[in-house]
Amino acid sequence: MNKDTLNIADTELESRIFIGSGKFSNNMLIPKIIESSQAQVMTVAVRRFDFTNPRENILNYIPKNIHIMPNTSGARNATEAIRIARIAKVAAKTNLIKIEIVSDNKYLLPDNYQTARACEILSKENFKVFAYMNADLYAARDMQNAGAVAIMPLGAPIGTNKGLKTEEMVKILIEEIDTPIIIDAGLGKPSDACKCMEIGCSAVMINTSISTSPNPVLIAEAFKDAVNAGRKAFLAKVGVMSDKAIASSPLTGFLHNK
Amino acid sequence: MTFYDVKQEYNKFNFEKYIKNISDKMIENSIQKEVLDDMDFLNVLSAKASPHIEKIAQKAHEISVKHFGKCILLYAPLYVSNFCVNNCVYCGFSTTNKIKREVLSFKEIEENCKIISSYGLRHILLVTGESNIKTSVSYLKKCVEILRDYFEGIDVEIYPLNESGYKTLAYSGVDGLTIYQETYDENLYKFLHTKGRKSDYRYRLETCERAGSENYKNLSVGVLLGLNDFISDIFFTGIHARYLQTKFKSAEIGVSFPRLRPAAGAYQSKILISNKNLVQAICAIRLFMNRININISTRESKELRSNLIPLGITKMSAASSTEVGGYAKKNTQSEGQFKVKDTNTVDKVKEMIYKKGYQPIMKDWIKL
Repeated sequence: MNKDTLNIADTELESRIFIGSGKFSNNMLIPKIIESSQAQVMTVAVRRFDFTNPRENILNYIPKNIHIMPNTSGARNATEAIRIARIAKVAAKTNLIKIEIVSDNKYLLPDNYQTARACEILSKENFKVFAYMNADLYAARDMQNAGAVAIMPLGAPIGTNKGLKTEEMVKILIEEIDTPIIIDAGLGKPSDACKCMEIGCSAVMINTSISTSPNPVLIAEAFKDAVNAGRKAFLAKVGVMSDKAIASSPLTGFLHNK
Repeated sequence: MTFYDVKQEYNKFNFEKYIKNISDKMIENSIQKEVLDDMDFLNVLSAKASPHIEKIAQKAHEISVKHFGKCILLYAPLYVSNFCVNNCVYCGFSTTNKIKREVLSFKEIEENCKIISSYGLRHILLVTGESNIKTSVSYLKKCVEILRDYFEGIDVEIYPLNESGYKTLAYSGVDGLTIYQETYDENLYKFLHTKGRKSDYRYRLETCERAGSENYKNLSVGVLLGLNDFISDIFFTGIHARYLQTKFKSAEIGVSFPRLRPAAGAYQSKILISNKNLVQAICAIRLFMNRININISTRESKELRSNLIPLGITKMSAASSTEVGGYAKKNTQSEGQFKVKDTNTVDKVKEMIYKKGYQPIMKDWIKL
């Protein structure tokens, strides 16, 4: 089998698990989680970049070989997201940006319209835009056409750990959108991540379910294994599902005997 | 419909009668719900829920970790003036108290900013007494412009302004507003605030709505615990917070639970708010409003603050001085607005948070 890599934003990644950094009890956990998950990309909220407090500055804990993907957490509209992205570019010296725009603090659902607008402007400024969004075909097309390098539909509302509740919509995106689909938010268990990969997502992003686990390092490893298993199952193609039992020793097998 | 109208709808609600009929079964049902309605909130807040406090605390902890992780944002208040036209009997700044009145010069503000930011703090709360002559909007605007050079997040706790005042401050860099209603009981409020602009209950109650209409990012409310019946005041704090979240969807809503502390004037509270009451208030509001920021100030002891962290606290002040320009003064000259109980340095507060298995966050916003 050829080497199975994820080519995205001019980068070849062997790992298909992205890690979020927002809720850890201690930044010292980060290198251990990176190691156990074998992630190569970590997203960090620009609002948490803190160059005046080295111990609390999350950037100081991310190993050098890891791609830092700043995110625009806290942005309420495209204008704020664009400003945050520009700050990130200078501060983190990267043109990767994950657009997160939330204008409803109760449910924290991403605002697709504002996100598409931000994608358009930032892509023109040579950002590699990862667009966090509600699973919707028309919005995903808009974002893709605006230059997004990845579409990141949520599996369930952020922090809920409820799994891939948007499965049917995500399947449509996988079918119709050429840009890689990365599930972001809502995945609670490794089996949720496995399912995403089985149906053909390019990668998954995990944060809450790792950071709030009593054993974040071990659960990160479990997610890695689940993602790898799901990806292999996707490549191998799983067998057809049926409501009725199908004998593994067919009755007419003798007809084919030579 | 403003929040004043919403609150009016409760005028005929008989709290005593309802609470009398709360059963253990009702409380257990309310604790288990994913979305609590008003009466569920009252059930878990009632004295009858006291035997269920551990169960309520466990749920509050679980919800808090799910939504916020194990992170506590630190900030400090900067008092720029204690001139005040009001006569709140419980407040050190009351006109009736013979204290040295002062308003910081811009140079003094800069000196204080340098000291506070040297502690590593990146979020600040600008506080004044109520005097639109000594601390006019143009004075506050200039203060904020100075603060912008030192801090990433600026909230204000100042006298209520009109929309235009909030717009001016937002334009100069203010991110959020904190305003205490002190008590939601209109009659008691009028009894406690007989003079000055603060005597207008409704104008104060609708303050967050004026700031919210100017797109403020943070809106925080609260009461001064010890002035009134604990349950009804916390209940209306929660109802107010939910109203604001519904009306201003993109704003982060916060609550604080300050308990009366000794201050100039030596007002003695007639209502004792126990630690257990405080814990119940914090946990109940977390169950009712899962995404709300909960702030605990240095009014409380370091031991209690440490114990409150896992229950749902998301924000804490540290190394606070409640004296005007207190950070740059060599010796404490007065008790300030109230006497600080947790006098730990920022580094000590950070250590306390780390020991609790949580992460102190020094910066959680960015100047745009």
